[in-house]
Amino acid sequence: MDAERLSHPRGRDDDGARAAAELAARASYGRLVAFLTSGSGDVLLAEDALGHAFEQALRRWPVDGVPDRPDAWLLSVARNRQRDDWKSARRRLSTPLDEAGEPAMTDHSEDFPDRRLALLLMCAHPAIAEDIRTPLMLQAVLGFDAAQIGAAFAVPTATMAQRLVRAKRRIRDARIPFEPPGPEALPDRLPPVLEAVYGCLAVRPSGPDDGPAPSLAEGLFLAELLASSLATDAEAWGLASMAAFLASRPATGPFVPLEEQDPQAWHPVLMRRGREYLERSSRLSAGGAPGRFQLEAAIQAAHADRARTGETPWTDLATLYAALNTVAPTLGSLVAEAAVLRRADGPHAALRRLDAVALQFPGAVERFQPLAAVRADALEAAGDADGAAEAWERALELSAEERVRAYLRRRLDLLRTDRLQTDEGRV
Amino acid sequence: MRYTLLLHYPEMTAEELGEEVLDQGKAAMAGYAATLQQAGVLLGAEVLQPSHASTTVTTRDGKLRIQDGPFADSREQMGGYFVIDVADLDAAIGWAAQAPGAQWGTVEIRPGAVHTVDGVWTPNA
Repeated sequence: MDAERLSHPRGRDDDGARAAAELAARASYGRLVAFLTSGSGDVLLAEDALGHAFEQALRRWPVDGVPDRPDAWLLSVARNRQRDDWKSARRRLSTPLDEAGEPAMTDHSEDFPDRRLALLLMCAHPAIAEDIRTPLMLQAVLGFDAAQIGAAFAVPTATMAQRLVRAKRRIRDARIPFEPPGPEALPDRLPPVLEAVYGCLAVRPSGPDDGPAPSLAEGLFLAELLASSLATDAEAWGLASMAAFLASRPATGPFVPLEEQDPQAWHPVLMRRGREYLERSSRLSAGGAPGRFQLEAAIQAAHADRARTGETPWTDLATLYAALNTVAPTLGSLVAEAAVLRRADGPHAALRRLDAVALQFPGAVERFQPLAAVRADALEAAGDADGAAEAWERALELSAEERVRAYLRRRLDLLRTDRLQTDEGRV
Repeated sequence: MRYTLLLHYPEMTAEELGEEVLDQGKAAMAGYAATLQQAGVLLGAEVLQPSHASTTVTTRDGKLRIQDGPFADSREQMGGYFVIDVADLDAAIGWAAQAPGAQWGTVEIRPGAVHTVDGVWTPNA
């Protein structure tokens, strides 16, 4: 995984380097948790044992020096702890515990097997509630704590901690298997894993600063991990491609709609990775219909093309969205298609589409911010200033993110200024 | 006539109950199981794990749907049970999906905690 290449070339180099170092540490954390879980299937016990090993390391490494193979050292301390826990569990239950619970490992080998794919599959097991799968991955595979994950999902720390512990107890008590299913069952098990990793890409860090919250870089990391573990799954590479394109765009600073962003501010290395992954995905699905994530990646690639051609290919985007909404229509993708239609076919086409979406998803008009914003933009382009102002105001009401609110307020102010000038011109 | 006695009670952790109450409860259950065994009426008994470990499945829509959590629909009532012994939840889900009842209702999969062997409570492996 090219974690070190995630640092942005323009500015924020320190942040980039720190993020890269953190990702490298997370890569090892996930491998250790996965391997420690592989025998017992008990991720709670594995994390406790590894937490104990990190504590020991903090105490002993400053004195004894950092061992030659830090991962092997951590693993060995954690496994001893795990063994002690097993023994005490045996005493408690006075029941024989499976000795096969301990994975075999030659103690001299630093190179223990990478079981993170199995861990990802376990976190997104169909018997685990959907809304906790992504947080579970962020914790077990990447080592984020409940405060950081809570901040990313706008959930109080205590609530997030409780839900994570419940899910892990459930994995242990219901005996959700760690071993991934055979190749015949794998296709059924993959969609929820892809969904959960997709969920990482939608994470919006917010709330108090409890340290770094998971962001797009982590979503990209998981998507690349998944794609490289599966190697031949077109959709996994599609998701990785989409993640790379999303991560290539600035996540901080004022909100600017994608089509108005300066392509010079996009990260060229990440865009290249996005294109490579998309080509890989296309090769793998050659002969078959493109899947949802490949189409989503192709949409991002079309936007990224503006960096080369100087123009957004609106007609191509309309075709891609039509395909996406045939394969996997969601409220979000249908509204996004309407936004594209406003450029490709004009504001009236966009408004007709939005009316159809509103019929299909009752209540969406009152709840879904992007629908209000796309409608406002289309109404403004169609010359309905009153309707547009009303829709911008609704979009503003529905936005929690301050960067987006600032943008919506600016649009509303601009519209009002324009109207004032028009009215004055009339007088 | 075979009867199934269904136990319903509030879920409480060992800490909430306290050691004394827990020990009293265990002794009472041990005595009850032994009494039933002696009377020759005990066919088998299970104490189940708490509902956080429960999974519900249905194939009503022709497709297997799996849900995190216990059965919670007041229109449907408990109609029967099977006790199976398999390696893990995936195996249990596989069998539950084949239960005819899954086609017209819901099957809740609850792991066991202890069960009786000859009237003596024995922890599940």
